[in-house]
Amino acid sequence: MEFQLTEDQRALQQAARKYAREVVRPKAAHYDETATFPRDLLQTAFELGLLNMAIPAEYGGVGLSHLDQTIVAEELSWGCAGVATSIIANDLANLPIILHGTEEQKQRLLGHFAERLKFASFCLTEPEAGSDVAGMQTTARREGDEYVINGAKCFITNGGHAEQYTVFATVDKAKKHKGITCFVVEGRPKGLTVSKHENKMGQRASDTVSLTFEDVRVPVKNRIGEEGQGFAVAMATLDNSRPLTAMFSVGIARAALEHSMEYSSQRKTFGKPIIEHQAIQFMIADMAMNTHAARMLTYESAWLLDQGQRNTLQSSYAKCFAADMAMKVATDAVQVYGGYGYIKEYPVEKLMRDAKLIQVYEGTSQVQRLVIARELFK
Amino acid sequence: MKILVTAKRVEDPESKIKVKPDGTGIVQEGLKYKINPFDEIGVEEGLRLVAKHQGEVVVVSIGGKEVQEQLRHALAMGAHRAVWVNHTGPLDQLAIAGLLQKVTEKEKPDLVILGKQSIDDDQNQVGQYLAEFLGWGQATFASKVESLESEQEKNKVPAVTLTADGKAVRVVREVDNGLATLECQLPAVVTTDLRLNQPRYASLPGIMKAKSKPIEELTPAKLGVDVTPAIQVLKLSSPPARKAGIKVPDVAALVDKLHNEAKVV
Amino acid sequence: MPIVLIVAEQQPDGNLRKASLNAISAGKQLADKAGAELHLVLLGKEPAKVADELKGSGAKAVHLGAAAELEHYLAETYAPAIAALAQELKADYVGMASTAQGKDLMPRVAARLKSAMATDITAINGSGADVTFTRPMWAGNVFAEVKLTTPVKVFTVRATEFAAAAGGQGAAEVKTFAPKVEASKTKFVEFKEVKSARPELTEARVVISGGRGTKGDFKEIEALADELGAAVGASRAVCDAGWVPNDLQVGQTGKVVAPALYIAAGISGAIQHLAGMKSSKTIVAINKDAEAPIFQVADYGIVADLFKVLPELRQELAKLK
Repeated sequence: MEFQLTEDQRALQQAARKYAREVVRPKAAHYDETATFPRDLLQTAFELGLLNMAIPAEYGGVGLSHLDQTIVAEELSWGCAGVATSIIANDLANLPIILHGTEEQKQRLLGHFAERLKFASFCLTEPEAGSDVAGMQTTARREGDEYVINGAKCFITNGGHAEQYTVFATVDKAKKHKGITCFVVEGRPKGLTVSKHENKMGQRASDTVSLTFEDVRVPVKNRIGEEGQGFAVAMATLDNSRPLTAMFSVGIARAALEHSMEYSSQRKTFGKPIIEHQAIQFMIADMAMNTHAARMLTYESAWLLDQGQRNTLQSSYAKCFAADMAMKVATDAVQVYGGYGYIKEYPVEKLMRDAKLIQVYEGTSQVQRLVIARELFK
Repeated sequence: MKILVTAKRVEDPESKIKVKPDGTGIVQEGLKYKINPFDEIGVEEGLRLVAKHQGEVVVVSIGGKEVQEQLRHALAMGAHRAVWVNHTGPLDQLAIAGLLQKVTEKEKPDLVILGKQSIDDDQNQVGQYLAEFLGWGQATFASKVESLESEQEKNKVPAVTLTADGKAVRVVREVDNGLATLECQLPAVVTTDLRLNQPRYASLPGIMKAKSKPIEELTPAKLGVDVTPAIQVLKLSSPPARKAGIKVPDVAALVDKLHNEAKVV
Repeated sequence: MPIVLIVAEQQPDGNLRKASLNAISAGKQLADKAGAELHLVLLGKEPAKVADELKGSGAKAVHLGAAAELEHYLAETYAPAIAALAQELKADYVGMASTAQGKDLMPRVAARLKSAMATDITAINGSGADVTFTRPMWAGNVFAEVKLTTPVKVFTVRATEFAAAAGGQGAAEVKTFAPKVEASKTKFVEFKEVKSARPELTEARVVISGGRGTKGDFKEIEALADELGAAVGASRAVCDAGWVPNDLQVGQTGKVVAPALYIAAGISGAIQHLAGMKSSKTIVAINKDAEAPIFQVADYGIVADLFKVLPELRQELAKLK
């Protein structure tokens, strides 16, 4: 067992931290306030290789291990969780291709992301089917060398800016999850409509839209895996991405902790800095302890993937614990700040809004508990 | 063009430096380390020159095995290979310049770029010593006319330029009350000031590539340099703590204090 | 008798650079402690121009080395000439003010003399052969007492730590010598003076710096600086934001200043900044945030808006005149 980052991991951490501190942080409040797309920040992220870090080096990406990706993810989210979500969206969309694509598909559908800043979106969730993936309504009908896709997807990150969409649709609703199939839609084909950007509570820098597919034609060569394999592809993708979303929580919590430590050392009540009041000390101790516990759980869940082991249980532990933890820590940070914490001039209320989303997306905390229970009783 | 650049390991400029109670050193615990910021500017300038004129950037550091971290950082920025002079223990500027002289004679670069000073010792000497030891020209405190917000900077145009015949470099130096321009015949020594450029960030692919770039290990013995220090550091101390000041209610009270108590106006 | 040789400096306009006088007084202090006599040297095309000023500053002898090739300062031409004089005089100590020229030149002189060097000395301790120097490290967060063990000892002087040598202290013997000028691999091209009515940041008696609180508006700071004949400085945040040129940055990675009066307006006081100014004799902090760390190093603090305080302060100070 080794509980220290390697020199390379420290270098990755420093690079991501520098980006988060010097590039993201100064503009995080602006993009939160205006809910506009942080293209300049993402351009820099692209140049630094922070986008597409899961794509293997032979297809033009960085090819980081899962553990290394989580180390980077913590820093990104510490900078701004909304920006982090936008950055990771490419990897989420491309994971099905990385995990299940053929060599030809990987060359063709991953390689071009190294050329310039391009976005990809992962399209699974539907208005009537979130965690209940088997209830999917979007259909794919085979016609010769093509599939014809019809349906609607919602809460699609970077959907308004993407040039490639990884879409899940069923070839046969009667087969439930055994009909689900994964496709890659390139560009903006006829029939694909993008709705306006959702006005979200938190993580407002990330672009979130709904998509509708009306007779959108996709060549058979863009089908990832076989017909009916889509559910497995989606689940494997989420097993891979859960450590990252878990680590987003850690980044938010660490930011909340650091702000609270700084503020409580400066702010005085009853003639002394509030950190000298035991009530505040206990809150901050809890924040630090839980942040670190979540980080360790998350490292383990990523490490398992790197060992080629199944991590469904551990990544659900991590995602669920970390998301709930970040919500609590960010809420406590607002409490440490008192009235100022509730005001947008101070940085902590944003953390509270940002944290909330992680309890919801990529499997709610309740769904994570279902998964955990199911795994335990297997 | 072959450029040798230094990469000293120093305490992070953001960290708080405390002197040990017995004055024998600084408290190391909890300190973070970085490449000397002036050296990082040197690496950046070297990379820009090589991008324009071809060639290679060789980065050199002196210290224990931990300095490989700073060498890797420079390699991740894009430097081509590294030289590590393995030595632990105190070194003064005479010894450092002596070691760099030998490395320079071995590598035969066209240009050596160093930070004008390292932010730990703040001596501001090594580049000048090295130039004299080598018998080369020197241009210290290299800066540029354009600002760090300019188009030249955004396009990563090197501020140190080659003359038309390619035999000399033209350097704008930050000096008292203005900017002085020199032309140094190559090979030459340049030291960097803060306004020369804004160093690029190490990218993730750069970090991954740096892993396989070579680091050559040398020692003072191999280079034949006696590094016995000629500067003895007898004692370190903290600057006298400032007396707790007072808050004054208004400008009139402030002016009164400045005039009658501090007697500075 | 041991000899302390101090190198004086002419500005491009031919006048004596003021910091030379501070270096001379440090040289005198050193000569007293080491039981040595003080010599001065000045090189240039027309060093005689400032001979009178140097003559009365308390040295035993002033050496003027004139040569047409020395019109424009270059380390490569000045260093051999100074090193040769130091050897001829058998100087034990060679020093100069820590100006841009001093910092460029003296290490090259030291290298030529195979000597160790201390930069930016702030104090001279001990006596006789046991003289040591105090000098700042880590941007003034640490002071080190150092002993140079080479036969010749070279140093530069932090001007703000030594009073300027007064004139009228006897008359030194003025000697002229013909410096041997070596061929230089470096050519002087031009000097562009940055026109500023204000003093150099590192030399100024008063420095007024603006931080993030100015939101980039330096008008009031400049107006007060004009009133006081002060230099203008800035925090790193302000330079990074591109609001003012980077050469105004006071701090660990910028300029280190130690004026008699430092006024920090709208500066919170990050460690980085404090390292560059906390040796100032008197510090005034103006900040809206009563908890800003700058108040912990300030002698006098005002918790108020700088845009209100600065104009008022300017008017009050004008009344004192």
